[in-house]
Amino acid sequence: MDGASETHTPVHEDVKGTIPQAAPCPEESHHATLPACRSTKCHSQSTLLSIFSLEYQKRTKRTISRHHAPEVIESHYQRYLSEAKAHPTAPVLLQLANEVDLSPALMARLILDRFLQDLEGGMPSKTLLNSMLKEPSLIPDLLLANNIYQCTINDCCYGPLVDCIKHAIGQEHEVLLCDKLKERNLSFLDENQLRAKGYDKTPDIILEVPVAVEGHIVHWIESKASFGDDHSHRTYLNEQFWSYWNRWHSSCHLRFGPGLVIYWYGFIGELDCQRDRGILLKDCFPTDIVTLCHASQQERAPRAPE
Amino acid sequence: MAALLESLLLKKVDNKSVLEWLKNVEDGDKLSFSKPGVTVHKQEFVPFLLNFLREQSSQVLTNGPATPAKTPSRPKPPAQTQGFTDRKSCRSAGGGVGSRSASRVQLFTPATSESSGTDWDAVGQTGSHCLSGVSAFSSPSFTTACSPAFRPQGSERRSGQRISLGDYIVSPPELQHSPNFQSQKGRKRSSGGAPPGGQGRRGGHHNDESGGRRTSRGGGGVISSRITEQVSPPKMEKLNLNNLEDFPPVGSSTVSPAASKPSRRINPTPVSAERPHSKPKTCFTSTPFSKPSSPPPGVEALEGLMSVGSPLSLQEERELLKREKKKRAHQFSSPPPPLLEPCTPTKSDLRAVSKVTPDPQTCYPEPSKVTFCLELDLLAELYCTCISENLVPNIILELFFVMQLLTSWPTHKHDDDNQQSLCRVNSDVLERCYLREIHNCVYFAVKVLEDQFQLVSHLDKCTLRLLAENERVASFSPELRDRLTQAQDRSTAKLSPSASTFIHSVPFQPATDNRSNFGSDKAFHTFKKQRDIFYELLREWEDFHKEPGWNFDSVLGSRIRGMMSQLTSAGTHSHFARLFLKQLVQMCKYPSVNTSPGDSADADLLGMLGADSLGRLKRLEERLIQPHGVIGPCPPPSFPGQQEFFRDFLQTASCCQLNQHLQDSLCQQLLQLDEVSILSPPASTGEGEEEDGDMEQQDEKQRFASVLLLARLLAKFLGFISFLPYQTSEKPSKEIQDSAIIMRSTSVPVLDVCTVLRKSMKRRRTILTVPWLVEFLSMLDFVGPLLLCYRTALATLLLLYRRLLLRRCGEICYLNKLLMVSVLGWLFQIPVIPEDIFFTNELAEVPELEDSNTSGAGLDCILLVDQQLLYTCCPFLGEFRKLLAAFVSGSTAKSGGIIRKITPTSAELRDTPAANRLQQKLQVDLEQAFFHNQPPSLRRTVEFVAERVGSNSVKHMKATLVSELVERGEKMLRDGLQLSHCNPSKLNDSICAQLCDAGLEALTKATRFCCEKSPEAIRILLPEETSPAVLMTSENITKRLATEKACSWLSANITALIRREWKSRYDRVLKALGSPVSPVSGDVGHAGVGLVTQEQSTPKRKQGCERAAACPPQCSHSASLPSDILIELKELLSIAVGPRTDEELPTSSQVKILLQKVGDTLACKKFLTVVSEQMLLNTTVLLACRLVSAELPVLSTSGFSVGVEDVVDPGLGSDPAVRTLLEQLAELWGGDWCSSVPLHLLFTPLTVTAVLKASDTEWNNYLFLVRKLVEMGIMVEEEVISHWKKLTNLALPVGLIEKFQHQSQSMNPTLPLAEMPSHMDRLQISHQTVEGAT
Repeated sequence: MDGASETHTPVHEDVKGTIPQAAPCPEESHHATLPACRSTKCHSQSTLLSIFSLEYQKRTKRTISRHHAPEVIESHYQRYLSEAKAHPTAPVLLQLANEVDLSPALMARLILDRFLQDLEGGMPSKTLLNSMLKEPSLIPDLLLANNIYQCTINDCCYGPLVDCIKHAIGQEHEVLLCDKLKERNLSFLDENQLRAKGYDKTPDIILEVPVAVEGHIVHWIESKASFGDDHSHRTYLNEQFWSYWNRWHSSCHLRFGPGLVIYWYGFIGELDCQRDRGILLKDCFPTDIVTLCHASQQERAPRAPE
Repeated sequence: MAALLESLLLKKVDNKSVLEWLKNVEDGDKLSFSKPGVTVHKQEFVPFLLNFLREQSSQVLTNGPATPAKTPSRPKPPAQTQGFTDRKSCRSAGGGVGSRSASRVQLFTPATSESSGTDWDAVGQTGSHCLSGVSAFSSPSFTTACSPAFRPQGSERRSGQRISLGDYIVSPPELQHSPNFQSQKGRKRSSGGAPPGGQGRRGGHHNDESGGRRTSRGGGGVISSRITEQVSPPKMEKLNLNNLEDFPPVGSSTVSPAASKPSRRINPTPVSAERPHSKPKTCFTSTPFSKPSSPPPGVEALEGLMSVGSPLSLQEERELLKREKKKRAHQFSSPPPPLLEPCTPTKSDLRAVSKVTPDPQTCYPEPSKVTFCLELDLLAELYCTCISENLVPNIILELFFVMQLLTSWPTHKHDDDNQQSLCRVNSDVLERCYLREIHNCVYFAVKVLEDQFQLVSHLDKCTLRLLAENERVASFSPELRDRLTQAQDRSTAKLSPSASTFIHSVPFQPATDNRSNFGSDKAFHTFKKQRDIFYELLREWEDFHKEPGWNFDSVLGSRIRGMMSQLTSAGTHSHFARLFLKQLVQMCKYPSVNTSPGDSADADLLGMLGADSLGRLKRLEERLIQPHGVIGPCPPPSFPGQQEFFRDFLQTASCCQLNQHLQDSLCQQLLQLDEVSILSPPASTGEGEEEDGDMEQQDEKQRFASVLLLARLLAKFLGFISFLPYQTSEKPSKEIQDSAIIMRSTSVPVLDVCTVLRKSMKRRRTILTVPWLVEFLSMLDFVGPLLLCYRTALATLLLLYRRLLLRRCGEICYLNKLLMVSVLGWLFQIPVIPEDIFFTNELAEVPELEDSNTSGAGLDCILLVDQQLLYTCCPFLGEFRKLLAAFVSGSTAKSGGIIRKITPTSAELRDTPAANRLQQKLQVDLEQAFFHNQPPSLRRTVEFVAERVGSNSVKHMKATLVSELVERGEKMLRDGLQLSHCNPSKLNDSICAQLCDAGLEALTKATRFCCEKSPEAIRILLPEETSPAVLMTSENITKRLATEKACSWLSANITALIRREWKSRYDRVLKALGSPVSPVSGDVGHAGVGLVTQEQSTPKRKQGCERAAACPPQCSHSASLPSDILIELKELLSIAVGPRTDEELPTSSQVKILLQKVGDTLACKKFLTVVSEQMLLNTTVLLACRLVSAELPVLSTSGFSVGVEDVVDPGLGSDPAVRTLLEQLAELWGGDWCSSVPLHLLFTPLTVTAVLKASDTEWNNYLFLVRKLVEMGIMVEEEVISHWKKLTNLALPVGLIEKFQHQSQSMNPTLPLAEMPSHMDRLQISHQTVEGAT
């Protein structure tokens, strides 16, 4: 996940120290080195960033509710109004967010929501809100627009731009995964093909012919461009992985069954305890792949060179 | 408990907190409330509430059977429970005694029947019970839940048992010890249905008036409670007198035999002083016995006395009684009310109920007459919470009770004003009569129904219709009626009758039936002979078992026993056991819909004749002559239809070898069935519940239903055989029980129910396991539930039941849950199951249910149960319909006669002539016959191939016809949209309709497909040697089956399929055509931008991951990853937006390199998605804005800032570094990969203001950029002008306007923007934003 942009984001005291000041150097982030890279150095930085991002989100989830109380929102809003009036050029909203210890982008959202309520005399639609956050120039109040933009651009974990970056990272890893599979001559269906077939919840990849990785059967592969911590892994397990596994029983032409999850940014080793039950974890594309080999089949995919 | 309810009613306690407490599972079950030191246990409060409601409504409920709540008054320590599971007697006798002071009103207290202060209450009960031939001693709660005939009831209470109130009853000593034969006589008479008068009654103790009236309306053998208490009923060989199926009072008038009855006396019983606070209760069950009139003041007075705690002398009571009787005699003198029948769970009685003549004056409940609204609301809320939270033992029962309230008729006129006032003025809130008035009852019922709508809406269509048409519902809640009407439309209940029960014998199977499978020729031949005898017996039973006087044991017994001894000598029990089971499964797997004994008899004949119309006539006939038997939602376990034969056979044979073989085999089969894997539907999980899903899914559902029904049947017989040795006619005494427990706990139970259950819960397969386990456990004997293994299993089931909250949408599908909740609730009401189990804390002993998350979703999460299966497994759900129908007939019958509402059943396949259908039927039978003599593999092959070919043809239709149609539709749509400004949605509709019409072609195409493919497959799969005739026949059968399968699916689903496919195509086309789908865009930005915005704000993969266009040829994909570039751009922008330090400012060369990388990344499409591409472009435009406004000053390469301070000649306004970057940007945007750069961002007030606020240099840079864009053809001049125009319409601060005008005028007029100044004067001046922008 993105963690590289928090240079300007004052983060919470207890985590700030652990976060490398990320100025992503081009070499490091070059795609060719990224997923395949086993070198600890490059891994550790993106891993740390990913961990930070996860921790930050967890923390936000824990604390967000206290900012959602109407009276709290109101007080934030009033403070913003008065301070913005007093210091039109200062980044007041960003400061406010840091002061009350809330993600700036979320603070921007709250304030904008409140502002629009006044403007429209009712709850603003989500799409309107999102589009304004994404494109602050749509906000009628220029000063607020500036402040909002300042908040969203300076947030390392939330906001439209960060969302887009996360999305892009996820996509890139999926593309790389597909590349790897093609290299190995493994025939597969990707998410789009599956969706076209009417599946609503699918892994990123389903192998048309299963393979074995480290002695475990793999029918599907899920790519996770994030660090696999216990919390997120549990969530994924419940929301995704087990349901893939369960589909094992489900269909004649596509078997989900046991599969592989690749956490490109690493994972907590202890989480890889479900191998026997059909979920294998890796932090890179596996090297030890065994394919079905029929005697008659001469030109099967060569085994991994190493 | 009482205190809590009292406080609630007095509003001393916040009802919210109590509701919360009820809902909360974790926080223990105690509630402490305002009254210091008082804590309430949930398991005490809930039964108290239920009892309270039952008691409250006891006066009004006349309709339908009792709805018992198996709720002891309070939990008892386990040690005590053993003593009180006297099922046929007052259930909670022991407990009640112990807790009198604790509960004010106990519905199930032991005192109720025997010691009722108001004798005629007792009489009423007695009378009504006698009607059904059940001893009056049995509590109505268990008359409904009477155990099956094979377990004759024991109602004797022995001294060894715990004290019950009965023991306090003062009655003549000789009667206390009345000999059994007497009661047996009474019993027999009542079982005979028309006992001669007088015999069963005790001479000297009859009260003439009441007895006379009673009997005149009662009918059956009237036995006083004294006698019946001692009743030890004879072993009932065949008839379960209480079972309506066994003992239908068809045609027998209940009135006539009664008329011959002499009057009888009632033995008045004094009220025990032990219950100072409880009313001399009528309430004994939910609908204890409806009195034909309201309780007279005498009763109230009596109650008053009681409450003071002074026991009345017998004499006083007699006086009261006399007074009361006089009063009532007067009341009813002119119109003798022979039809006002006390409500009991007997059929004859119910019949009478439906005859109730509603008094037009009294019986129309009106919303305006409702009293105690607030309290009723509160009660309803509490009650609903108990139901929703599964705190009640059986939610179906509660729903039934509510329906009874809804359909109740007041049996008396409330002319007693003082009585009413007594109700109101009464200082004790709990003594008020909340539910005495019909208005209140209906109000309450409607409230609860509204709350429980979800549950109600899952009932069958007919019930919903009856409810929706119920005028009371309409008058009390039109909204509920509307919702019901809607639900009715949605209900897909197809309660179709099951297949005919054409009896086939079990075919000969060489694998098991060959000579080689037998030890000797003799054994082989003996078995063949026994086999023939078995079928002979079966046929004979079929033909004669319903003849009056026919007795299984006496007619078939000797032959069966002879058969058994033959088998024993030949050692062929295992073979016979297999035959027996196969026959059982073949005949009984699908319970016939109409379980009344009447219809299975002729099913055979009808089946052979194929005469459907005859069947309909038969059904019609039945409906006309058979009364509506409302049995209530808790029928006893029974062996309906042909199962009866097998049960009787086993009982008569009583052959331990056979039983052992059967047990072994049943166990094995059951465990195998329990493991069966059912495939979950491939993809559609989020679909609506009602959707039938795919063809495969439907098959799986059917397979599941078949497995479930089979498992239930086998489990019932396994339970029957296993517990047969322990069945006792009566509940054993405590000592016997204890020793039985000790002995039996040392032997291994036949089935390890706990393990099976635990495993199933862990693997989430409870939807399969629980229903059959329930069947198994329903066969338990008295001691069984007290054994540790069954006790644990019951407690686990209870825990499961508590967790199956219908309202909470867990992962278990609603109908799956409903099925489990229904069968579990039914189980908990079965007499042998100790009632205390539900309201104890013993659950804590059960190992906490493991979190089953680990193994993924099992069967529970698959939509497997449909309404059909639900009703098949829980036939008692149909009781709602009966109850409501009885209400309809009652309410419309002015004369009081029965008007049976006959719902016309539409004749299916109307177009097929009868002869044709007969032919078809014959064909099917021929096919069956064909398979019968072929190896089983042939049938399996044919069925398999037919199944696959049928399925393939459907898939083929989907892939070919449907997709062609959708293509055609798309063309039509595109043409249509081009043609005119027609309404897309109208066009959509018309195209859709055309496509659906064309889709019907699928049927013929599928038929062709099946006819082509089936023979090929069959030919390959059958042995080469198969004779041509057999091959041909097999091919044809396969064709027919495959076609049938395909066509039935297609005709049901093709339209929906086409619609669905078309809809997604339609949406895609519209989106592609860029029709204004986005609600965001408005007039603020471009429609296109709006779309993009919407897309990006929530990076949904679905839209976002469509790859952008292809890479240029020879792309090495070595450009930076979009995410990295985005991170860098974000970095740069955050510096631009600030806050920042000067050291962070980038140099122009850094920016330049970055922009180059952006260009590379945009060019390579490999990693780019629509979302990331758009975001990249977006950020570059924003970067341009910041550069041009100098908000992001770039350091010159030499290290100097080229920002605001470093103003170069304003006239030229050019800063080389910035301009170079701007040029680079313009080139970037001009690249052919950039289709939709959000350049409008350059013209937002935000940007323009920032530019104007800066120096002239910036303005010039800005103009430079715009000019460049126009020059390069990236923007058209008109576009720029329109942006300007928009800008002029917006509010800009005064100072800036002036500056803007000034600046604009200094522009080079030769440039394309020459027109600009003319717009400047149109700039509106606004003061609003001055502060903000400057």
